[in-house]
Amino acid sequence: MLLCAAGETNLQALKYARASSIDEAIELLREGGPAARVLAGGTDVIVAARERRLDVDLFVDVKHVPETAELSFDATDGLTVGAALPCYRIYGDDDVRTHYPALVEAISVIGGTVVQGRASLGGNLCNSSPAADSIPAMIVLDASANIVGPSGERSVPVDEFCTGPGQNVLGAGEFVISIQFPAPSSASGAAWQRFTPRNEMDIAVANAATSLQFVGGAVASARIAIGAVGPRPLLVEPAAAALAGGPLTVDSIAAAAAASRAAATPIDDMRGSIKQRRHLAGLLTERTIRDAAARAGVTAPEAPGTSEVRR
Amino acid sequence: MSRLIVSARINGEARELLVDERDSLLDALRERAGLTGTKEGCNNGNCGACSVLLDGRLVNSCLVMAAEVEGSDVTTVEGLELGPQQLHPLQSAFLEEAALQCGICTPGFLVSAKALLDTNPDPTEHEVRFWLAGNLCRCTGYDKIIRAVMGAAETMRNTASSSEGA
Ligand SMILES: Cc1cc2nc3c(=O)[nH]c(=O)nc-3n(C[C@H](O)[C@H](O)[C@H](O)COP(=O)(O)OP(=O)(O)OC[C@H]3O[C@@H](n4cnc5c(N)ncnc54)[C@H](O)[C@@H]3O)c2cc1C
Repeated sequence: MLLCAAGETNLQALKYARASSIDEAIELLREGGPAARVLAGGTDVIVAARERRLDVDLFVDVKHVPETAELSFDATDGLTVGAALPCYRIYGDDDVRTHYPALVEAISVIGGTVVQGRASLGGNLCNSSPAADSIPAMIVLDASANIVGPSGERSVPVDEFCTGPGQNVLGAGEFVISIQFPAPSSASGAAWQRFTPRNEMDIAVANAATSLQFVGGAVASARIAIGAVGPRPLLVEPAAAALAGGPLTVDSIAAAAAASRAAATPIDDMRGSIKQRRHLAGLLTERTIRDAAARAGVTAPEAPGTSEVRR
Repeated sequence: MSRLIVSARINGEARELLVDERDSLLDALRERAGLTGTKEGCNNGNCGACSVLLDGRLVNSCLVMAAEVEGSDVTTVEGLELGPQQLHPLQSAFLEEAALQCGICTPGFLVSAKALLDTNPDPTEHEVRFWLAGNLCRCTGYDKIIRAVMGAAETMRNTASSSEGA
């Protein structure tokens, strides 16, 4: 049956092309020029095109490029997540749930279930929102983006990927095919948290993630990242430095939280004030340190007299 | 404006739709396929009124391009009925509990709730509320909707176990 009615659409003049290989996607993006946009789950880019916040005349759908739909884990090589794989496929995977709980925490609250049916890790990264929930988790897990483009392949650490609000290192015609996570080492743990007024379907007022690795009770290495408190998600090296080299103490945790507050350069907007966001950067740093330690099998000491209400 | 033909199975029926290349799946369902059960609310992914199943997975049809569904399977609220004049237990439960007032959000809730019960036949109230967070209702205050979904889940479990026993 063929039906046709004169319905009005509100998208700008727009073409759609489905790429079935990396080379085809590169060629389509090259031909399309600056107004060609990669389409993954569309949960950011279709809205932006519809609201005329983006000039788009071609969607290059990369979901059918096999490499963008890959999901594989190996105890030595780690985890490869295809850039266009929707969140529900990622957190539904047993290896991801077992070995990367911090990633699961972050992507389980991107929108609600409906949004998670489409929203991808590559889209969350390349949209490069300062509040993007998965990015601090990817940063502390030491993830890298595998990028392809007209001049070949390269890999960029996620903590160097975003350069400002909606800005990133991708050059003309380049796109992300997958995200690579190293295998977790022994006696390590990572955690992610955010603060939102609602539990779901809300954008972070602030978010943070921590990963810790212990050797003989001491923190051998740490990574701490904060989001929604500056122009891009930020790896806070001074916060990690406050923990590294010794056991977790009330003082070292407080010093890490203070380092996160100092690194935060938030704005005032309808979601939160500068003061609240800076406070949250510290608080979520502290909480994710405790959660990450617990996952590594280490109980972080509580300051005497604190019976903090968790979450 | 450029047009293209999209072939997909919609509610089990093979269809070819002549769409505008700019159409979302929501536009195509309502304007090209004549399936107006799926509603447009916000058109930006927040309200869930346009929820459909795409290859069995719950999505917002306003955030899918019509061209993307080539070769796919789409289920809309019109596809929920078990047979002619035979409502899905969720539809019956929504009527019994009066889980709607203006009705705009109802098709989205029904499709979303079906997607939940397809994977989790015995959800807790918390799980139902969490799952339905992407569906907004401005009339009911949600309680009746939650009761209807919990009730339908129970009916469906009972039916399944009695037919197993038979
Ligand atoms: C109702 C709603 C709630 C939301 N809630 C949250 C939330 O809580 N937290 C959050 O972080 N986000 C949220 N988002 C935003 C969005 O869902 C996420 O950013 C999502 O991960 C984007 O992925 P996508 O696959 O839909 O990307 P798309 O919309 O397809 O793409 C996003 C951008 O990235 C580019 N792009 C996509 N993939 C690639 C690639 N492989 N290579 C190069 N460029 C690429 C696109 O061209 C576009 O510019 C929400 C969105 C909606 C509609």
